[in-house]
Amino acid sequence: MTETLIGNFPFVAAVVLMGIALYILIFRRNLIKIVMGITILSSSVNLFLVTLGYRAGGIAPIYTDAPEGPMVLPVVQALTLTNIVIAVATSALILSLVIRIYRHTGSLDSKKSRRMKG
Amino acid sequence: MRQIFAWLFLIVLMVFLVIGGFEMMHPFGEPPSTMDQYIIDNAQEEAGSNNVVGAVVFDYRGFDTLGEATVLFAAVMGVLFVLRASEKKEET
Amino acid sequence: MSKIVRTVASQLMAFVLVFGLYVIMHGHVTPGGGFQGGAIIASGVVMLIVAFGSGQIKKFLRERRLSMVESSGALLFILVAFAGIGTVFFYNFLVGSRIFGGIPPTGSNPGDVWTGGVIPLMNLAVGLKVTAGLSAAVLALALFSSGEEMEE
Repeated sequence: MTETLIGNFPFVAAVVLMGIALYILIFRRNLIKIVMGITILSSSVNLFLVTLGYRAGGIAPIYTDAPEGPMVLPVVQALTLTNIVIAVATSALILSLVIRIYRHTGSLDSKKSRRMKG
Repeated sequence: MRQIFAWLFLIVLMVFLVIGGFEMMHPFGEPPSTMDQYIIDNAQEEAGSNNVVGAVVFDYRGFDTLGEATVLFAAVMGVLFVLRASEKKEET
Repeated sequence: MSKIVRTVASQLMAFVLVFGLYVIMHGHVTPGGGFQGGAIIASGVVMLIVAFGSGQIKKFLRERRLSMVESSGALLFILVAFAGIGTVFFYNFLVGSRIFGGIPPTGSNPGDVWTGGVIPLMNLAVGLKVTAGLSAAVLALALFSSGEEMEE
């Protein structure tokens, strides 16, 4: 089992990043730290997607002046490309909601803005 | 009490992902790839472009790009809607 | 910001625009495409906001113009997708015809821009959409935290 963990080292790195992001999301109460945890979670998923499609000794999947060798898988790179742009727009939306909450309640603690008042 | 449940959930999830997941995954560097091999071989004749990733995003998987453009539009409209100064100032 | 920063930023914006348009329009030959080129031009707009302040940029980039550019990008994308409806929804009907219709030789070759079928038009549409969308979002955030709001 140890040589499986050492051989699959990029997958282990993606899982460690996901563990850090889940620890932030469960145990921290500051709203800005929760937004950072969401960003780290999406980064770990992007890293996992890109390293799923690696072929040993591969080249980039472009035919313009391409060197010799097998090409890496292009479909996972297409998924990651749009995921990064969507993550930027989604984190802008989350941050605008955090600004509204701060101006309305006056604190950045998530326990103070938990109850829904009428 | 809630802290103990939270720690237990996190540790069980991480142990499952690291140990159980890696027994089920393919080794790093040899992915199963019949669909991608077809796309790499035929992208220059069918889509007519040198960039295989661009052909996948806009020709073979164009419907997903339409959904992504809709999500981008909705997120930008959400930002512009939330960040307007309110017209009536409430007196508190 | 000081005078040196403002002058250098306004001179560099021309190079950022040219580089971003090059990455967008050569998306079917080299790595790049609509999303990457749109992000490059949006980061150039963020550089202008940091150098000049959001109150001055608000006079040039009004909300209605940015919204019109973004909507026209989305409409162009959907029109190009519907134009090949004779066969199937997203059919690449320009391969082999007279506009953008070359077919590259198989294997490694120096790239030709006049290939690609319907892909360069879609790259342009998505590039317009991403540029206008990300610039509008960052401008709205910068204006709200300094106390004003976007003009109609």
